[in-house]
Amino acid sequence: MARAQTVSVDELKSIAKRIRRHIVQMTANANSGHPGGSLSSVEIATSLYFRVLRYDPQNPLWPDRDRFIVSKGHATPMVYSTMAEAGYFPVEDLMTFRKLGGKLQGHTIMQKPPGVEMSAGALGMGLSFSLGHALAGRLDGRDYHVFCLLSDGDCQEGQTWEAAMASAHHRAENLIAIVDRNHIQNDGFSDYQRFPDGNGSRPQRPGGWVLKDGHTANIMNLEPLEDKWKAFGWSTQHIDGHDFEAIIRALEAAKTHTGGPSVVVCETIKGKGVSFMENNPDFHGKAPSPEQLEQALKELAD
Amino acid sequence: MVRTARSEATRTALGPTLVRLCREGLDIVCIDADLGYSTSAVKFGQEFPERFFPVGVAEQNMIGVSAGLAACGKIAFCSSFAVFAPGHCFDQLRMAVGQPQTNVKLVASHGGVVTGEDGASAEAIEDLALMLSIPTFRVIFPADVVEAEQAIETAARTEGPFYMRTLRPKTPVIYDDSGYRFQLGRWDRLRDGSDVTLIACGELVKAALDAAEILAGEGIATRVLNASSLRPIDREALLGAARETGAIVTAEDHFVHGGLSGLVAETLAEENPVPLAFIGMRDRYGTSGTWEELLEYFGLTPQAIAEAARGVMSRKSQ
Ligand SMILES: Cc1ncc(C[n+]2csc(CCOP(=O)(O)OP(=O)(O)O)c2C)c(N)n1
Ligand SMILES: [Mg+2]
Repeated sequence: MARAQTVSVDELKSIAKRIRRHIVQMTANANSGHPGGSLSSVEIATSLYFRVLRYDPQNPLWPDRDRFIVSKGHATPMVYSTMAEAGYFPVEDLMTFRKLGGKLQGHTIMQKPPGVEMSAGALGMGLSFSLGHALAGRLDGRDYHVFCLLSDGDCQEGQTWEAAMASAHHRAENLIAIVDRNHIQNDGFSDYQRFPDGNGSRPQRPGGWVLKDGHTANIMNLEPLEDKWKAFGWSTQHIDGHDFEAIIRALEAAKTHTGGPSVVVCETIKGKGVSFMENNPDFHGKAPSPEQLEQALKELAD
Repeated sequence: MVRTARSEATRTALGPTLVRLCREGLDIVCIDADLGYSTSAVKFGQEFPERFFPVGVAEQNMIGVSAGLAACGKIAFCSSFAVFAPGHCFDQLRMAVGQPQTNVKLVASHGGVVTGEDGASAEAIEDLALMLSIPTFRVIFPADVVEAEQAIETAARTEGPFYMRTLRPKTPVIYDDSGYRFQLGRWDRLRDGSDVTLIACGELVKAALDAAEILAGEGIATRVLNASSLRPIDREALLGAARETGAIVTAEDHFVHGGLSGLVAETLAEENPVPLAFIGMRDRYGTSGTWEELLEYFGLTPQAIAEAARGVMSRKSQ
């Protein structure tokens, strides 16, 4: 059973807002969790579940489903919120997030709840697992696609590049990687592009750049990222990861690409949609306080 | 219950201690895999940016680079969460550090189920087994932040590979104003008794002290040992406990296989088999919850330790 794919961009926008509200509410309720990298990938996930993916929430293990494999397993608020909106489980379950005995664990666990594709939380493992799904699909003559969501940190782990090499080698044309390129990680900024008061021209400095507040300004430069994927034999696209039309266009184009794997590098803003979280490394792994939640919900109101 | 004046996370000892030791002239460098904020290593980076090398989220590279720096005479401290290092980089630890015995000190935070809400993937309960499987590593799991600071200094001043496990939550401090000095291969006797011995490491040392209080109320005289030095172990203290108390309970926030329980069992099986019981994780992974809830949920409590102590004592006479 395929999902109806008639949702308009306006509707997508209002779904995305709901998902963002869930994200801030469930992290505030858990008093922990990862809002920043969840908010940055909301348009990506919403586009997938409401326009691109073929799936059936009543039959999460349907063998012909498209796979959405989230390598950045800390982005559970995004994963669970989107799945709840897509009908996998009741929205109320989101409030059990990170609670003892709750259904929704801090990091993803494969098929808990059903529909979660991968146990993750250790970065760097998703692309290999996705390639496995892609190779199995080809072997079994199934026409599904595998979408793998990667983060900045994922792209720093060696395993990702081992998988990238292998995916091109095996011409996995049913494999599509999506990079949530928000340029912020756990401790601060990946590279200089988003340096708060800089323009990218700061001299490289051995040992990194530790800001007064403790954040590291250049944890690891990933640029030129698109060229790296190209050099590894991937077809590449580079888009605005908050622009629904661009995302859907890119993913559809990637689906029709033949001969090898495709990657869509999505430029995103960590914490997108909540003013005080945007581009703020503090909200990688910190929940909003009750006052901050109130403010966030105001900003995310319909 | 044993009262303690304050609580502090053992992970907070790393950065400030390295700053102090570097100021004292030790040739320390710090290699970081995007968790310096959480492990407190970033404090060292703020003081000594030229000695602080972020490698990104790349633990295998972190160990390799550390080993190279160490081979050039540096005291190479690296840190991450205990699930990722050793978890992600075991072979690098074995080949680049363990076998050539390079001067690398891995200080991994977020050990144990007490990591809490992040859930199973983030809760390291097999890291001690992994690190104890490399024979050249000294392995330390401090009971509190005071001991953690001392153990970091010992690691810095002692040539060769070290693994030290620290914890995320603020756990009770037991060594404030105690005059205690951490020593490799010495298990501190925190309480003496002749009926049974409790041997614990990490945050469960406090639980063992509380268990001893419960048992004291029943007239049971309990010895409590802090097994913070897991390699080398304190053979004398262990064999003394077996000989003088005749029954032993171990307690650790780790699988009972391959950690403290395994060390105690292996040693006593050869030397002096006495009744043993193990408090620890068995046969399943952790889950999300607050750290205190999880200690209850998995039975890592003073009550469970006391119950196990009654059990081993009842087996003594048989
Ligand atoms: C192997 C591994 N090492 C370290 C971590 C700890 N960690 C959790 S999230 C994170 C970085 C998050 O930044 P990024 O990967 O860019 O994710 P996003 O910005 O999309 O949230 C790190 C280092 C991890 N999850 N896995
Ligand atoms: Mg990022």
